[in-house]
Amino acid sequence: MAAKTITITSGKGGVGKTTATANLAVALANLGQKVVCIDSDIGLRNLDVVLGLENRIVYDLVDVIEGRCRIKQAMIRDKRFVELHLIPAAQTRDKNAVSPSDMVKLVDELRDEVDWIIIDSPAGIERGFRNAIAPADEIIIVTNPDVSAVRDADRIIGIIEAEQKGPGKLILNRINPHMIQRGDMMDASDVLDLLAVKLVGLVPEDEHVIASSNIGKPVVLDEKSKAGQAFRNIARRLMGDEIPFMDLEIKEDLLHRLSKVFKSGVN
Amino acid sequence: MIEKKFPIKGFKEGLLITLGEGDWGTVALTLLTQIDDKPDFFKGAKIAVDVGERVVHAAEMGLLRDKLSERGVSLFAVISKSNLTESVAETLGLSTHKSLLKDRGENIINASMDGEKAVLLQKTLRSGMSVKYPGHVVIDGDVNPGSEIVAGGSIYIWGKLRGTATAGADGSESAVICALDFNPAGMRIAHIVKEGQLIKLKIKKNPQKAFIHNGTIALSDWKQDNPLK
Repeated sequence: MAAKTITITSGKGGVGKTTATANLAVALANLGQKVVCIDSDIGLRNLDVVLGLENRIVYDLVDVIEGRCRIKQAMIRDKRFVELHLIPAAQTRDKNAVSPSDMVKLVDELRDEVDWIIIDSPAGIERGFRNAIAPADEIIIVTNPDVSAVRDADRIIGIIEAEQKGPGKLILNRINPHMIQRGDMMDASDVLDLLAVKLVGLVPEDEHVIASSNIGKPVVLDEKSKAGQAFRNIARRLMGDEIPFMDLEIKEDLLHRLSKVFKSGVN
Repeated sequence: MIEKKFPIKGFKEGLLITLGEGDWGTVALTLLTQIDDKPDFFKGAKIAVDVGERVVHAAEMGLLRDKLSERGVSLFAVISKSNLTESVAETLGLSTHKSLLKDRGENIINASMDGEKAVLLQKTLRSGMSVKYPGHVVIDGDVNPGSEIVAGGSIYIWGKLRGTATAGADGSESAVICALDFNPAGMRIAHIVKEGQLIKLKIKKNPQKAFIHNGTIALSDWKQDNPLK
């Protein structure tokens, strides 16, 4: 078994990296895959909370790297999926406790054990980000359809191309079809026009995401949630399936237009 | 063994042979066999080999050159997509794509007219990237928000301009800034500065040229008045 290592990053904070990491990890585990996710946001750990595992942390990433425990001891098994594990970040240290080569070594040790290694990157373009992308086979950039998030994503894509890790794939998160319809938000094609990278997922804005993160149950487990469906689709695309994109804005647009045509026909 | 022949093209300097896929040993052997099949045709020929993306080491390339010269064939150039292979070829005294282009470029300029210093970039400038060049700058790609170009001469962008552009940085007031989709965040020509439009969600795409007119920066349609013509 040779695991595929994916790093989830964004440049800007708060666009949904941790949410995406947790949901993709759970969705892949739900498809029968062996998954380890690594929280590389040392000093600001969150992935344990979103996965509902914060009360089980004994050892963390820095403990492994500094040799205080074996890698298996730091792998927390998920409550729902026996083949899903989390290596949490250290909360009391900072990014300088880890180097890019530490991350490469750690991931290499895990490669034969699992199918997927998913690394949650910190925001920014500094040391923590460099640590997170060092071991990646593929990088997924999460962004929101707003001007500043897209500009940061553009910067990230430039850096990962320069590091020959690129071009990366894009998840466009928190799309609000109503705002797009009103012309207050960029649509997916505006974002792709600027970033010119391969799209791997369109995720609508969905209240369920926050609610489920707060109770440590990723939204991907909620059959009714649209965002959950979007993350399930991304996981299947990562597995190599051809899944059409949820035509969030286009569908609304079309319905809108059709109803207009219908109305004008009646009048 | 499957009979295989590599495609050969004639050009001014000699023959260009494009080597196919496979490990270097097999490829080199196939090439030599191909030459041995028609010794009269190849005798005295000057050849360039296109090795594609593969990395060829100095020893391997030197051996091929020697084997070829035993057959009366002189290897004078190696075309490669790998920088490493190109530099290996250069240390062996062989021409490369880069040096061939350079030679030809100089010939053209010597033959007809004086050229001006310019750099061509076939890539998109992403946020945080910066290009500074004393001559003209030509970009075949987009210039995204958050990136900048500073040119001593003019700037021609075959794509979108969303970043900031400075032309005539050395004070030349005849410099221009052109883009197929002209919406810079800001621009400067010589010492004159002009703000761009604030970023909007949807921008009208328009090919435009910026130049100095009556002491301010004026814009005109790049289609009607093509400065490249």
